[in-house]
Amino acid sequence: MIYYDKVSKIYPDKSVALDEVSFSVEPKEFVTIVGHSGAGKTTLMKLLIAEDYPTHGSVFLESTNIHNLNKKEMSKLRRRIGTVFQDYRLISNKTIYENIAFAMEASGRTDAEIAADVPHVLELVDLAHKIWNFPSELSGGERQRVAIARAIVTQPDIIIADEPTGNLDPTNTFEIVRILKKINEMGTTVLLTTHNRGVVDAVGGRVITMENGKVIRYDKTGKYIL
Amino acid sequence: MILTTLKRIARAGFVNFWRNGFLSFAAVVVITLSLSAFGGLVFASAFGKSLLTDVKDKVDINVYFTLTAQENDILALKKEIQTLPEVSSVDYVSSDQALSTFKDKWQNNALIMQGLDEVGGNPFPAALNIKAKDPGQYGNIANYLTSKNTQDQNGSSIIDKINYQENKLVIDRLTAIIPTVEESGLIIALLFVLVAVIIVWNTIRLIIYTARDEISVMKLVGASNVYVRGPFVISGIMYGVVSAVITLILMAVFAYWSDAFVLKLAGVDVASNFSLIVNVLSAYFVANFAQIFVLIMGSGIVLGGVSSYVAARRYLRV
Repeated sequence: MIYYDKVSKIYPDKSVALDEVSFSVEPKEFVTIVGHSGAGKTTLMKLLIAEDYPTHGSVFLESTNIHNLNKKEMSKLRRRIGTVFQDYRLISNKTIYENIAFAMEASGRTDAEIAADVPHVLELVDLAHKIWNFPSELSGGERQRVAIARAIVTQPDIIIADEPTGNLDPTNTFEIVRILKKINEMGTTVLLTTHNRGVVDAVGGRVITMENGKVIRYDKTGKYIL
Repeated sequence: MILTTLKRIARAGFVNFWRNGFLSFAAVVVITLSLSAFGGLVFASAFGKSLLTDVKDKVDINVYFTLTAQENDILALKKEIQTLPEVSSVDYVSSDQALSTFKDKWQNNALIMQGLDEVGGNPFPAALNIKAKDPGQYGNIANYLTSKNTQDQNGSSIIDKINYQENKLVIDRLTAIIPTVEESGLIIALLFVLVAVIIVWNTIRLIIYTARDEISVMKLVGASNVYVRGPFVISGIMYGVVSAVITLILMAVFAYWSDAFVLKLAGVDVASNFSLIVNVLSAYFVANFAQIFVLIMGSGIVLGGVSSYVAARRYLRV
């Protein structure tokens, strides 16, 4: 479903973030990418939603080269991918309801669908009672759950979660992992990056280990070796 | 679908405006100041123009005729002068009219009335009041009259005196000053507008700069450019509309206050002599309200809307 073909990313200051990385992700898989900070995990994620461009190589979603798309096709592609960022990236002057509704509005859902789905997805992440709060009134774990709700509300084909537990305590961390696993069980492909051993073990699934911009290991099931 | 999108964009724009209260307030203050500068220019030019017209209007040349000149000779001359392209108006004041105007003016002054009686008869000559379209043309008109040297049947000139030479100094100076005043006014106005536009543009750029992360998130969530930028443009237009309304109110207040102030300063007597200076601004404001409204409101909307549109663009490249 997702295919990285000899992807390299060299930043303008000549630092190499990715060095000829190739791997693929099958539909409905839960793939965890592990590695130290600076191993290139975030760059890998950024390339998939075209937040950044590769220096060499290509990234394919099904048979589409992501970086050859025009603006309009790009927006459409992004609606197929739900993204959870490490720093949440909620919109600060919108309520929780509006933050989630925004993703649905952007993908052209009707007002009726939005009114029905937003409370539903908030229940799924156990935040129904905070629906009219602003992000600044929520804790880190709650914000991350809102971010997940925003990513899944449009029922995307793929969820990518870049260190979603990076800023959270263990309880919240496992809550997030539980939600992501549930989403995966419902048939969504999940791509997760982390440097947390506990997370890897809890997820199970396939593990790709990265170091200095290179993939150094592929493991069929959860294993954290660094 | 398009309608739903428009509705959502508009709603998001309104909500942005309301929730970013402090930023909106700052933008409205800056735009209001800029629009007030526009308004000030409008008033300054209106006041200046009215003053200029007033002064221009007071400048004329008078042709005084000999006491023996026949009225039909004078009227014939008047007709001829009227055909000159430089002339805007010619008024005939007969000696009878001149006398009665004089009497009206001095009727309460016994001494002068007595003096008039002693002179006996009508000492006032008939006259033509000539106004040119442009102060620079008085010289030509005076020359024309002198060289024409209109005579009656007896062959003596009917023109006694042309007072152009007496007014020449004032006329020359006005001719020299008016275009300079108009040109420098235009340059100052353009500078003002430029400064105002730059300040507003930078303020709005800062406001959108604070939202740059949110713009990129919106894009990454899959929103189209129109959908991300729309609310900012709506907010920008709202800054403009609110500022324009405040500016128009300030202008109205200023117009009435300044008129009252000028009247108080000059005193009712003096002011009534310069009829045009009384209530210049309020009269101008009322008479030209439609144009002023369009100018101020239009500038506000364009300033706010276009600045937001352009400022948001650089953060859309995600």
